Amino acid sequence: MVVATRVISYREALNEAIRLEMRRDPTVVIMGEDIAGGAGIGHVENVGAWGGVLGVTKSLVSEFGRQRVLDTPISEAGFIGAAVGAAVTGLRPIAELMFVDFFGVCMDQIFNQGAKLRYMFGGKAKVPLVIRTMIGAGFGAAGQHSGCHYAVFTHMPGLKTVAPATPYDAKGLLIAAIRDDDPVIFFEHKLLYDTTGEVPEGEYVIPLGKADVKREGSDVTVVAIARMVHVALEAAARLAGEGIDVEVIDLRTLSPLDEEAILESLAKTRRLVVVDEDNPRCSVAADIAALAVDKGFDYLDAPVKMVTAPHTPVPFSPSMEQFYIPSPQRVIDAIREVV
Amino acid sequence: MDIPKGKLRWIYERMVTIRRFEDRVAQEFAAGKLPGFVHLYAGEEAIAVGVCAHLTDRDYITSTHRGHGHCIAKGVDVRSMMAELFGRSTGACKGKGGSMHIADVDKGMLGANGIVGGGPPLACGAGLMAKVKGTDQVAACFFGDGAAEQGTTHEAMNLAAIWKLPVVFVCENNLYAESTPWTYHCAASDIASRAAAYDMPGVLVDGADVFAVYEAAGEAIARARRGEGPSLLECRGFRYYGHFQGDAVTYRTKEEEEEYRRRDPIERFRQTVLSQGLLTEDELNAIDEAVAREIDDAVRYAESSPMPSPEECLTDVYVDYPAAQLAFRH
Repeated sequence: MVVATRVISYREALNEAIRLEMRRDPTVVIMGEDIAGGAGIGHVENVGAWGGVLGVTKSLVSEFGRQRVLDTPISEAGFIGAAVGAAVTGLRPIAELMFVDFFGVCMDQIFNQGAKLRYMFGGKAKVPLVIRTMIGAGFGAAGQHSGCHYAVFTHMPGLKTVAPATPYDAKGLLIAAIRDDDPVIFFEHKLLYDTTGEVPEGEYVIPLGKADVKREGSDVTVVAIARMVHVALEAAARLAGEGIDVEVIDLRTLSPLDEEAILESLAKTRRLVVVDEDNPRCSVAADIAALAVDKGFDYLDAPVKMVTAPHTPVPFSPSMEQFYIPSPQRVIDAIREVV
Repeated sequence: MDIPKGKLRWIYERMVTIRRFEDRVAQEFAAGKLPGFVHLYAGEEAIAVGVCAHLTDRDYITSTHRGHGHCIAKGVDVRSMMAELFGRSTGACKGKGGSMHIADVDKGMLGANGIVGGGPPLACGAGLMAKVKGTDQVAACFFGDGAAEQGTTHEAMNLAAIWKLPVVFVCENNLYAESTPWTYHCAASDIASRAAAYDMPGVLVDGADVFAVYEAAGEAIARARRGEGPSLLECRGFRYYGHFQGDAVTYRTKEEEEEYRRRDPIERFRQTVLSQGLLTEDELNAIDEAVAREIDDAVRYAESSPMPSPEECLTDVYVDYPAAQLAFRH
């Protein structure tokens, strides 16, 4: 069967995933601040004002109405908790936490309620909830709107965590997340919204917990997350000219972790560099490095290198912000140290 | 008030079950048979029972750390409750929740909650589910006077009001948040009047009078079922035990405790139904005896149930997840 594809943006791919799932399943609802926008204002009541602060949920309200596309007050603990309660009682809510940095005001509802209810109730409940949230530096948004913080959620039992790097993955993973019976935190990198790629028109599912080899290579394995996949690919392209053959693995899902994909690649290349935009301590990068030295020790011919953000908040000024974000050059430097 | 005789018997039976259950838990806890710690509901029976008398299994409640009474009022099986408190595999949560997280979603009981103010947003979610699906289900949200000061409670009341959700907020003002009196922690002269800030009805009720609770809750729940939105009830009550078992309760006087015991909700119910000839002494005594047998049976059931196998620790985290990643790394 030939599947029709066309080039669309990461933003459009996410919108399409939500739209298709809302068409397929009437229990899917979406809520968040300004996700339609202009609630209660006559001339935008049926079409919305914003469609999300960066337009991901644009025009959903026109098709599904205010009953299923719910603008919320700026009240994250209230509405994230309501999404948990709705999930436990029979809906499949998608809640938008505008920037991941805002988890501080609603973490109890995510961590102590959403993530733990099933376990504390002895398996007699399920929480089919998706929390979509924006991550990443590079927008000049400074300390409270630029973090990644997915390590915080990956650490927590009961949550699954997903961070797509391409429009194709964004759509297939979001559909999988919405259909999943566990709570999924879905991290969207704000610098990726305008990136484009080939995306099939209809529904398709990319299973959670499966990494993807974005570039095959034999000399070194680079494991990367979200926007860092593109940074790693750029580094790989530049090194190809020097005869260094880099394999780039896009993790896609952080919890559960595709350990097999990492170890299989490591068995081939015997060298590992992890590229992660999050802060370094207790990070996903550190977790993967630990995996490599524990289960992949015999494969390793060189130390494991981590290319991450520094242990600081995200700075404002572009000069410092660019310094903060892992660059292709830093990835190249790390690779050169191990090959 | 015109309450059918069967409902009166149910109200009495549930209140006595809560009282006997809690008294027995206090005893078993003192004997060192229960792990962890417990917060007991004795004294506040009229609130849970007066509210839940209007709910069916399809309706939902959220609860608090003091949740045994809410479970019993909502119809959770007493054997499975006692087994849960004993940490047994036959417990309502297979021994994974304990007193502070005891739950039975099939009965609409969304869990006791170890987080003060954890429940109100969840109740909004249950209400939202009913609204989106177009059912007439209702969510009752029990919270204490301590939780009345949590941001989540205010956020939830606002959310329920703007979305006109079928949620009834039931503040159990038992006068003390742990050891701190509500007259200290609350800036308002009553909690019910805070309803005005969310444009919903707010009613102050004597929480030791099950008839008063039944009537106020009946109106609030009917309003919610009609799709007219949330209400707030403040039920003033008193917990006979301390905040938790082991609390020396130095913050209350003997006189205060005696005064509240004179207004005991179960005794008052007995006097009312007997003086009005609604139920007979024999009927009430028969219920007492049946409940006593049920509690004895529940303890026997719990004690004779097996402990969970240690490896049970590794199940029920997710619906679907690679098992190896839940286990120890080594």
